[in-house]
Amino acid sequence: MSTTIAWFADIGLEDRPAVGGKGGSLGELTRAGIAVPPGFVVRTEAFEAFVRALDAAEPLRAPIEALDPSDLDQVSKVTATVRARIEAEPLPIEVEQAIRAAYAELAGSDRPVAVRSSATTEDAEDASFAGLQDTYLWVIGAEQVLQQVRSCWASLYSVESVTYRRRQNFPEAKVAMAVVVQIMVDARCAGVMFTRSPTTGDRSVITIEGAWGLGSAVVSGEVTPDRWVIAKLTGEVPVRDISDKHIRQVPLPGGGIHDEDVPEDLRKTPCLSDTELQELRAVARRTEKHYGRPQDIEWAIENGTGAILLLQSRPETVWSAKESAPAAQPAENPLLHLMNVFGGRK
Amino acid sequence: MAQTAPGFSRPSSVRAAPGTEAAQQAYPWYAQFGPGDDERFWFYNSMHFPEPMCVFDMITAEGAYLALGACNTRVHSLPTTKGIDFRVINGRVYIGGVGVTDPEELALRTSEFQQRAFYYYENWERLYDQWKGKMRALIADAQALPKLELPEFEPLENVHAGKGVAANHRLLTTWQATLEGYYRMWHHHFEFLLLGYGAYMVFFDFCKKAFPEITDQTIARMVAGFEAEIFRPDEEVRRLSRRAVDLGVDHKFAEGADVADILASLEQSGQPGKDWLAELEASRNPWFNVNVGDGFYHYHRSWNDDLSMPFAAIPGYIEKIRAGESIDRPTEQLMAERVELIEGYRDMLGSDAERAAYDQMIELACRVFPYVEGHKFYCEHWYTNLFFNKIREFGALLAEHGYFDDSEDVFHLSRFEIEQALLALSLSWSTGSPPRGLERFRSSIAERKAALAVWAEMETSPALGDVPDMIDDPAIVMLWGITRETLNSWLDDGEENPNEIKGFAASSGVVEGTARVVRSVQEIARLQQGDILVCQVTNPTWAPVFQKIAAAVSDIGGSMSHAAIVAREYGLPAVVGTGKATTRIPDGARIRVDGARGVVTILEAA
Repeated sequence: MSTTIAWFADIGLEDRPAVGGKGGSLGELTRAGIAVPPGFVVRTEAFEAFVRALDAAEPLRAPIEALDPSDLDQVSKVTATVRARIEAEPLPIEVEQAIRAAYAELAGSDRPVAVRSSATTEDAEDASFAGLQDTYLWVIGAEQVLQQVRSCWASLYSVESVTYRRRQNFPEAKVAMAVVVQIMVDARCAGVMFTRSPTTGDRSVITIEGAWGLGSAVVSGEVTPDRWVIAKLTGEVPVRDISDKHIRQVPLPGGGIHDEDVPEDLRKTPCLSDTELQELRAVARRTEKHYGRPQDIEWAIENGTGAILLLQSRPETVWSAKESAPAAQPAENPLLHLMNVFGGRK
Repeated sequence: MAQTAPGFSRPSSVRAAPGTEAAQQAYPWYAQFGPGDDERFWFYNSMHFPEPMCVFDMITAEGAYLALGACNTRVHSLPTTKGIDFRVINGRVYIGGVGVTDPEELALRTSEFQQRAFYYYENWERLYDQWKGKMRALIADAQALPKLELPEFEPLENVHAGKGVAANHRLLTTWQATLEGYYRMWHHHFEFLLLGYGAYMVFFDFCKKAFPEITDQTIARMVAGFEAEIFRPDEEVRRLSRRAVDLGVDHKFAEGADVADILASLEQSGQPGKDWLAELEASRNPWFNVNVGDGFYHYHRSWNDDLSMPFAAIPGYIEKIRAGESIDRPTEQLMAERVELIEGYRDMLGSDAERAAYDQMIELACRVFPYVEGHKFYCEHWYTNLFFNKIREFGALLAEHGYFDDSEDVFHLSRFEIEQALLALSLSWSTGSPPRGLERFRSSIAERKAALAVWAEMETSPALGDVPDMIDDPAIVMLWGITRETLNSWLDDGEENPNEIKGFAASSGVVEGTARVVRSVQEIARLQQGDILVCQVTNPTWAPVFQKIAAAVSDIGGSMSHAAIVAREYGLPAVVGTGKATTRIPDGARIRVDGARGVVTILEAA
């Protein structure tokens, strides 16, 4: 097996040190039989091989490790140089060839893909590592893919990331990043869903948010999504908030994405049908069951085919971290529960 | 007491509508608002009494509150609440709870409650079986009441048997027995009711805490039973539909045909027709003793009195049978779904402690809830039909002797006035002289009929008197679903979408269709396949029409009402307890019913 490339079908959560959280999760979903856009991960070994090569030519990590995080000018200067090197210097030949070969196998010569950074440490999911969460959408052709893989790697050396690592005294030798390359979904609509209510922590409902076009508009908060609350078990839909979705993100012909106005008649039209809501519910339940705990999920519905695809699933963290008092304790005499109703307010 | 918040009118400021003062005074003096009532909180019981009450029909409120109060205050000793008082103004029934706040009294009542109510819970099955026996005996007694006769001569056999009492005495004892049985029925009615609801509420509150976004109807479905008598009438209609096909007389049941014509045609179609009519008779007693309302108005007649409701449903069922569809109630599937719900929600709980508490609560709720579903058939339907029909016999007797023209006019007299008339009639029969006071009631009856028409057009304030800080009366919360939040929404009459009507989310699903506003059973035949039924009360007796409709909307009822239960069984969206659907939605309008949110939207006026 190549140390540069790992296909989704061959990896799972246990591979996270080498494929990152996002890559591991996509592999895990693929393995569970849940539809995700096909793709591969450029493993951390590829990043490490590249940085080793750069380091050998001229020290790269040592100057970073030597930075004083409070000296912003110096941090800016050094990181800019490092980023420029990552973006421009030649890749090790076996890395470049492996990525080219994998792209050709996945997407032929010009099928659009998404290139997404996949961080390897838990705290890398933090906002402080926000620079790591780079995603490049609608990337076309091997050249562009190689370039965006470099951009993802380079984002590790943004001013914010480096400052954060230096403040934490994080050893630079342990910094690594995997990159996900997967077929781009031309989404008719997309969004997120939570298998535990983000507002009340209720485990019995699924909250779905979605808007027209690519999910990036929902995730970034540029558009107020439609919102539904669905009972996990029965599929009832007690809440339907349909919003005015004025813009959507769609692909540009030559690559990349842009915002466009949503046609008047679609703005206040629900972006999901009842059938699709129920299909999403089924996928959400399967995903949650597979992981054994509540999940935050990104989903998309493909234009034309109407296929439901998951782009990401990660464990819910907010409510799971809270210690909530049980709704009630068992009573020695079950009839004593009646006093809750008949006994008046305590 | 300074009060700056918006409030409701004081009872003393609400007067009888001009010209209806005498009609208002026809209600008993103890049901009129009076001194001391301003300082209390009263709300309009639109759930049970959605229309102005005829003077006689007030006995339904009186009977109910006599028994409810006795049960809460003196029998089970509910700790925080005593009985429920009622008052009548402009034909509308207002009710108010009597809370307990003194800590010493509360402690005493709590200890009494645990000896009394707990005993009921512990011995529920035995006591409920016993209850059914009592109700059947009570019904048998009512059925055995003698016919009302004042013959020219006392029958010879009575004389030879040395009976020693004459027909006018029997008339009075029959009258007293009729009333006595009715009041007794209400005591039986409340023997278990609050306890049954209470166990349900305990489970309900727990679910809302553990699953803040769970819908009321999901909780209801977890507790619903399937063997309740109230489903039987509809099942009998299905059975009769199947029999019609088996016997080859199904072609007699044309859509929209007159019931009398169908019956006559069956009568003349040889043995199969006669066999079917025999089956009909078997179903009618007792299962067609369901009235088309909730048992509080004499004019909500039963299926037995008006076969148009069950007959309206038969053609639809026959069509389904011919098409090879099953019309059986999928009891096993429903039970399996209930088990799946109970276990599914159990699995989603956060800890084993919660699961243990959940098990205790649902076990209790499921054990006691069949009473809440089952009692209505015996009390509000079967017994109430017998009662009102017996009163009709008294009406016929008084009309025959000239006290009024139409026997139904008897319902515009109070029970005290009827008793006086019966005494006067008995006296004249005994003396052999003509009845006296024949003109006495005619003008009052006309006046009261006119008053009802005036009152029906008047706005009714949802509440009167001082607004309480909180409502902590389990009876009021359980039976009427009234909380401090409800009051706030009543007081806040502000920015509402005029095309949106809100109610209780009774059964989920979203449907758009044509609204068919059905005001009485006679209009049932207007319902076309796929229409949305809009009516004042839906109740289980309407179940047979649910096969035809796409959704149901009602003015009255909560998410635990039988209407809601039936809608859920049929898998139809339903919004109940809207308060105003029949007045706000024009017949034929295009509407959307969202049963999960409890919202009805008028999309296009007719």
